[in-house]
Amino acid sequence: MSLIRAATATVDVRRQQCPYPLLMIKKALDGLREGDVLEAQTDHLPTARETTPRFCKDMGYGLDVLEEAGLWRLIITKGQEAPKPVSLTLDGVEKSYASDRGLVTAVEQIDLQILEGEFVCIVGPSGCGKSTLLNLIAGLERPDRGAVKIKGHEVTGPGSDRVVIFQEGALFPWLTVRQNVEFGLKIKGVERRVRRDLAMDYLKMVHLTRFADALVHELSGGMKQRVASARGLAMDPDILLMDEPFAALDAQTRDLLHVELQEIWTATSKTILFITHNVREAVCLANRVLVMTYRPGRIKETFIIGHHRPRHLEDPGLIETSALILKTLKGEVDKAVKAELGDA
Amino acid sequence: MRDTAIRLVFFALVVLIWEIVVRLEFWPDYLFPGPMQVFEAIRLGVEDHTFLTAIAISLRRFAIGFTLALLIGIAFGLVIGSVRLARETVGVLLIGFQSLPNIAWLPMGLLWFGLNDRAILFVIVMGVINSVAMATADGIRNVPPLYRRAARTMGARGFTLYLTVVLPAALPAIMTGIKLGWTFGWHALIAGEMLFVSLGLGHLLVMGRELSDMAQVMAVMLVIVAIGLVMERLVFSPIERRVSRRWGLERA
Repeated sequence: MSLIRAATATVDVRRQQCPYPLLMIKKALDGLREGDVLEAQTDHLPTARETTPRFCKDMGYGLDVLEEAGLWRLIITKGQEAPKPVSLTLDGVEKSYASDRGLVTAVEQIDLQILEGEFVCIVGPSGCGKSTLLNLIAGLERPDRGAVKIKGHEVTGPGSDRVVIFQEGALFPWLTVRQNVEFGLKIKGVERRVRRDLAMDYLKMVHLTRFADALVHELSGGMKQRVASARGLAMDPDILLMDEPFAALDAQTRDLLHVELQEIWTATSKTILFITHNVREAVCLANRVLVMTYRPGRIKETFIIGHHRPRHLEDPGLIETSALILKTLKGEVDKAVKAELGDA
Repeated sequence: MRDTAIRLVFFALVVLIWEIVVRLEFWPDYLFPGPMQVFEAIRLGVEDHTFLTAIAISLRRFAIGFTLALLIGIAFGLVIGSVRLARETVGVLLIGFQSLPNIAWLPMGLLWFGLNDRAILFVIVMGVINSVAMATADGIRNVPPLYRRAARTMGARGFTLYLTVVLPAALPAIMTGIKLGWTFGWHALIAGEMLFVSLGLGHLLVMGRELSDMAQVMAVMLVIVAIGLVMERLVFSPIERRVSRRWGLERA
């Protein structure tokens, strides 16, 4: 327990809910110098017990929590400031599979860095190794060559610092919506009350509070994806990996979820890696779009998307960018089609 | 409500036809007693507590054997469903054992344990294990790989992964196995009880035969059927239905 010094600044985050209290605390800390002390007042249990302690531990900041009658005073001592850190690094990653026609190289020479808070989309024809890449990052598979690193630590297996949101949602039907969102937190050993509050906050973020006690099969496809997003976000991972999450949804639902995901990203500044074969989706969502080649999968080109948010698919600027990316992608799609027909 | 009415009418009809056949006197009534005599036998059995005691003894025996069998069967099923080698070896052995009728285990049980409760428990366990283990193994093999992957990326591994994802995902299949196992176990229990002074329902059947009391034989058979119906209707079916509804396997 460190000695409590007089606060340099105070911030009142009462009557706020996830993720806003922590964001306000972060903002307040940005304005402070090293060694300064910030006092934050909150009445939000997860902020006091879960999110702020985790953040301070990550940043190496000192933290004392004083509790009095449902109100917490968080005394944060700011340590050395880290520059905008790299979240994910891929270093010459290569992965092959044995198949009937011998060894197939799924991905090779993948070098990639994603900074914290970036939203990166990877597009490519089917069979270009997008999903392999995601599995490698998730730790569900190991690369044959090269390394995957999260915050400088090599990935050796799956972990809750890299949550995957799958196309099918992968919700557990025997749990209610809220229990699904709590699942990862429970595995982590987060205390029951904290877990419950966090789950409700994230369900509110995806506008599903009313369905907290519903069963999974009572939800529509779009709602399931939103629950899956809430479940991933509640884990507060370093990076959120999304594997064509909206591919199976109808167009209206997808548009709605695009808007929602942008809002969530703006609010939480989560690092997101999003895989899709839909160029317009990529352009609508990402800061950076990577186009992959067909077999072996490499990164062919990178596009920086600087349009203002919230973006809409009808925006002429976006359509122009989409056309550009589509042109780059076209050659690869042709190759993929040819390969498929040739195999048949 | 309507179904219940139809059922009642049906059973009443059966009793009526039974009574008519008896009245036609094809067979002497000590070989084919009428419903009145059988109901009287039930009433007497209930009054002098022999039936109630027998039911209590049989159910207690069954509960012990069935619980034991579930624990062993589910454990076996977990291993067979998860480990390829176990599936190719133990799994095949279990499939082979399926061709053995339950009572075929009795001589072995009697030689090993003698004429006592443990021999009967042995037969129940052997009768039930098979279906429960096979169903559990199937259930586990059919757990969508996506569930495991999702759980693993959220940090679940090893025993926790089994407890929180694999077992719940396999539960509908396991329930089906349990329901099947209950029938096998119940058969095995009655068959086993017929062999010695076991004081259970099976024993009452044999006593009826020894006393040439056909009414008692039929009364005990009716009791066995009634218990079977009650268990199926009030215990296993509702649980199974609840599980599959919750899991979204059946449109509610």
